[in-house]
Amino acid sequence: MANTGKNTLFIVLLLAVIVLLLFLNMVLGSVHIPMGSVWNILTGQGEEPGAWQNIIWKSRFPQALTALVAGAGLSISGLQMQTVFRNPLAGPSVLGISSGASLGVAFVVLFSGSIGGVALSHLGFIGEVALSIAAIIGSLSVMALIVFASRKVKGNVTLLIIGVMIGYLANAIIGILKFFSVEEDIKTYVIWGLGSFARVSGNQMMLFVTIMVILIPLSFLLVKTLNLLMLGDGYARNLGLNIKRARILVIACSGVLTAIVTAYCGPIIFLGLAVPHLCRAIFQTSDHRLLMPAALIMGAALALACNLIARMPGFEGALPVNSVTALIGAPVVASVLFRKRKSELNE
Amino acid sequence: MNKIATIQLQHLNIGYRGKTHHKVVAENICASIYSNELTCLLGTNGVGKSTLLRTLSAFQPRLQGDILLMDKNLNQYKEKELSTVISVVLTEKCDIRNMTVRELVGMGRSPYTGFWGNLSNKDREIVEKAIESVNIRPLASRMLHTLSDGERQKAMIAKALAQETPVIYLDEPTAFLDFPSKVEIMQLLHHLTRETDKTIFLSTHDLELALQIADKIWLMDKTNGITSGTPEDLALDGHLSNFFARKGITFDMESGLFRITNNYRRQIRLTGHGYRYAMIRKALQRNEIFAARNIEADIHIETNNPEQEGFILHFPDRPSLKADSIEHLLQFLSE
Repeated sequence: MANTGKNTLFIVLLLAVIVLLLFLNMVLGSVHIPMGSVWNILTGQGEEPGAWQNIIWKSRFPQALTALVAGAGLSISGLQMQTVFRNPLAGPSVLGISSGASLGVAFVVLFSGSIGGVALSHLGFIGEVALSIAAIIGSLSVMALIVFASRKVKGNVTLLIIGVMIGYLANAIIGILKFFSVEEDIKTYVIWGLGSFARVSGNQMMLFVTIMVILIPLSFLLVKTLNLLMLGDGYARNLGLNIKRARILVIACSGVLTAIVTAYCGPIIFLGLAVPHLCRAIFQTSDHRLLMPAALIMGAALALACNLIARMPGFEGALPVNSVTALIGAPVVASVLFRKRKSELNE
Repeated sequence: MNKIATIQLQHLNIGYRGKTHHKVVAENICASIYSNELTCLLGTNGVGKSTLLRTLSAFQPRLQGDILLMDKNLNQYKEKELSTVISVVLTEKCDIRNMTVRELVGMGRSPYTGFWGNLSNKDREIVEKAIESVNIRPLASRMLHTLSDGERQKAMIAKALAQETPVIYLDEPTAFLDFPSKVEIMQLLHHLTRETDKTIFLSTHDLELALQIADKIWLMDKTNGITSGTPEDLALDGHLSNFFARKGITFDMESGLFRITNNYRRQIRLTGHGYRYAMIRKALQRNEIFAARNIEADIHIETNNPEQEGFILHFPDRPSLKADSIEHLLQFLSE
């Protein structure tokens, strides 16, 4: 790593950006709260109106924290998938794990209406928990299937195709469920599918953040494995790596991250695919010892930025996060990759 | 330097395990690979060269027989242990982006590095030494994806050297390279067997190079399995000429190399000496004309006329002609 200094600078810069974005996430929103008051509320000083305190602590702060953690988790998950499959188009959703989550949610949302006679949207907190649990069960069962398959099949491509097929299968079942459901439930499901960092509230947010704060450092334990996997199966094996075990570990790690994030925020697209590319382009490295932390903070920053835009004053009631991630993210990534190609040509 | 049989194959069957029956690729292989020698495995496509290499590298299980690696059975090695004994250079082209040559060579140290894969100062020294020994110091900071095929191949060999294993297997290391790079890689490997105590075993299709540079040749075919020996011994006992016996290929005993068979349609008397003589002879051979000094023929070509530049053609019934180049000369002859 010749340009360690430059990389450190980038990371420090990104961290500063995250702090700034976090603060902006507190300040900006449909209700105008002056910057000074926000600062006072955050530091616990002064006498600010109770409504403002509520908005900051019950809405904006959990939302920002959720975005930060979810962005970081998805980006790391995407990086791991791209490395283990040596495929630049792989992402957290590629193995059908988020489709599994959707299937779980669809079962709960669409069945509770037609069988229990209660639309889940009326259940409030219990409904929220039920959704999270359903999503986790759905995604983890798909992951178990993939891990089982990865012990049987040899090639990465085969496994990738199996994953994509499972995704299609899940979507087909969801389609059937939708067909037999009442409109109100379908709407609940569709809104869940748009993704949101705002859904997680209070206690659930604490649980979500705690789980992710434990899982993300765990995923860092795989850096050497990831670096070896990058060389291809033959070389990795020759360098003493147990390929099958390594593959299962990485898929499981990435899968659990995706499953948890999807359970709490819905299927968030694009971040997990784009952030690893952005990191590789900016840091000019393929060393996961740098890429993993880079993906973590880049993902966090990008998710915060998207959350901010989704909630800009003027878009009353918040845009779906998924639209923002793709709308803002795609041009950014494309421009970075283009610029990189140019500098390569000038070398 | 004493040569030790590092790898011994005893009645080895290689192939693929199926549910009901095994697909045997080659049977009853008995041979040894020695240290301080460059051994080249030759054989036609599909005869099982890669399967043999994969089996020897423990990438796939053997079907029967034993492989002794430094007097210990290959299956008794653990993965970690094996990574310090065998290193490989594979045909699969790894298209890693954003990785420098130095980082790749550093990956060769993985079996020795700790949990995070950080290189110690000693590791760095070994990496630099490996880069030095394949002469790619100027490329060390370049990204892998900006290298040519030959340069990348050298980086891969440096990676194998950094792994510090007594055995190196290479699967067609000279494929896809231009001729000078092929020669360079082969000479580099040969040099390594002399400088270090390494046992180097490679498969190749570059027959000419292998016959000139290899210490031992392994001929692999469907009927005889493996025949091994020095290229010269194999030439003398006729194995080489049998092995590649095919229409259009002749084994030239004088040079110990193969050349294309020529069917001659006519004969020409050729006089002269040195390179000019040899080159004309070669050009005529290609055009199915046999040319020599002691031939009685109508046409006579003088290559080294003291009075005149160029090549002089004497005809029995016509005045002599002068050609400035061989191309020119061939034109006259075809008229």
